[in-house]
Amino acid sequence: MKQEIFTIESNKKIAKDIFLMTLCGDTSAITASGQFVNIQIDGLYLRRPISVCDYSDGKLILIYKVVGKGTEIMSTYSAGKELDILVGLGNGYNLDKCGDTPLLIGGGVGVPPMYNLCKKLRDEGKKVTVILGFNSKADVFFEEEFKSLGANVLITTADGSYGIKGFVTDAMKDVEYSYFFTCGPEPMFKAIEAVAKTSGQYSFEEKMGCGFGACMGCSCKTKYRNKRICKDGPVLEREEIVW
Amino acid sequence: MVNTKVNLCGITLDNPVIPASGTFGFGYEFAEIYDINCLGTFSFKGTTKDARFGNPTPRIAECSMGMINSVGLQNPGVEAVVSEELPKLKQVFTKPVMANISGFSVDDYVYTCQKLNGQEQIGWFEVNVSCPNVHGGGMSFGTSPEAAAEVTKAVKAVADKPVIIKLSPNVTDIVSIAKACEEAGADGISLINTLLGMRIDLKTKKCVIANKMGGFSGPAIFPVAVRMVYQVYDAVKIPVIGMGGVSTAEDVIEMMLAGATAVQVGAANLINPYASKDIIENLPSVMEKYGIKNLNDIIGGAH
Repeated sequence: MKQEIFTIESNKKIAKDIFLMTLCGDTSAITASGQFVNIQIDGLYLRRPISVCDYSDGKLILIYKVVGKGTEIMSTYSAGKELDILVGLGNGYNLDKCGDTPLLIGGGVGVPPMYNLCKKLRDEGKKVTVILGFNSKADVFFEEEFKSLGANVLITTADGSYGIKGFVTDAMKDVEYSYFFTCGPEPMFKAIEAVAKTSGQYSFEEKMGCGFGACMGCSCKTKYRNKRICKDGPVLEREEIVW
Repeated sequence: MVNTKVNLCGITLDNPVIPASGTFGFGYEFAEIYDINCLGTFSFKGTTKDARFGNPTPRIAECSMGMINSVGLQNPGVEAVVSEELPKLKQVFTKPVMANISGFSVDDYVYTCQKLNGQEQIGWFEVNVSCPNVHGGGMSFGTSPEAAAEVTKAVKAVADKPVIIKLSPNVTDIVSIAKACEEAGADGISLINTLLGMRIDLKTKKCVIANKMGGFSGPAIFPVAVRMVYQVYDAVKIPVIGMGGVSTAEDVIEMMLAGATAVQVGAANLINPYASKDIIENLPSVMEKYGIKNLNDIIGGAH
């Protein structure tokens, strides 16, 4: 973990309630896909945890959904503004066991962390399938971005207004995969858990106090021991999760 | 050169700044980012006889100038603290640490104290009779002078180290409880624990915290804490540790003027992981700004 000042380069709306923020600053504390940052927001006491969509040397990309006061304030920020950010939080995805044909499943605001993960897996030469689930056509984002990484991309919408009608699990039926990685809402996780044919990793969300393991605000039980979503997670392996 | 050293129950602290229990774990998360030996000491995560998972989540809620937590004394239990946490802590912290203990019966407190008593790393016991987040324990001991005195007496009977009783602000008369603890043999008083609070989500129309209520902390409670420290300082002769919303070196000095010998920093550590270090680094220049050469000269200075 590092505490760093980042400067906003751009902050624009890319879908309904979804914003993409590009920032400049020291990203050296980020060590894995699926990690998150914790951002100090003007006028609020607690920082706001946001998953990392992509990062490179000196550049950070976040995609967030306006869901409450914190993200609403973030959406008003413009280029040039400086933000105090804790960088490199959480464990992130472990790529060691994923085989040659990993499946990535992102639901709504769980889509962003799949991007850097997809990039890493493609760099390793994996044949990657990505399923992105949204409610409706207006919510869809990053389809082309995933395609340009060379992934096989399937889009689902609950109302059928775009792509495959239904949920991510409807798209999973016809996909062959060696392992899966997912991030999204818990009802989606439970649906995936019911049909998944391989091992995999789920990235969880919880209200956090500190984001770096000090306050025990975001604890959960696993089959083996108590874990802190912020420090020992947010990514948990399928085999350890207590549903 | 200014003097920031203070004496807390017979042990000299390099400075009066002490991260508060529950906001600093067992120190390692912070030791990863700075040398925690700069601290006066710190009060480790509230420890109970048995391991506890604590309350259901969500346990955290945002508030104006503060936060609510309802962790519920999650800890690995005193045996694991002795066998795992303390040896790990020894690698990163060489000063005496403050052992924060909690319980659900007088026997629990005594058991936990006895298990930790022989550990040479421990400088003080901080006995939490004020956790607002567990039922049938914690705060129930801290809300009556008789019960607080009973715990104090029982822990004092077995403890080889100074015993500091941590009090709840969720009472009608904190002074009578502080006095009862002093009469029962307490070596010090620390206050305040969190204020009982609640937030309701307008979208779901339900309480934000799964346990409905939780402990409210952060800068919003600072004036309440200063007032209570002031009142308790007037009523007892033993040292008082002030806490509640302390976030800056100025807050430390204000707390000491109210009567605190040492000052704990809580929620601020969660918002800015360097908060305690920053306060310690800023303290000498803030002292100079206000013409303070020796912190010991200002303890209770506002009285």
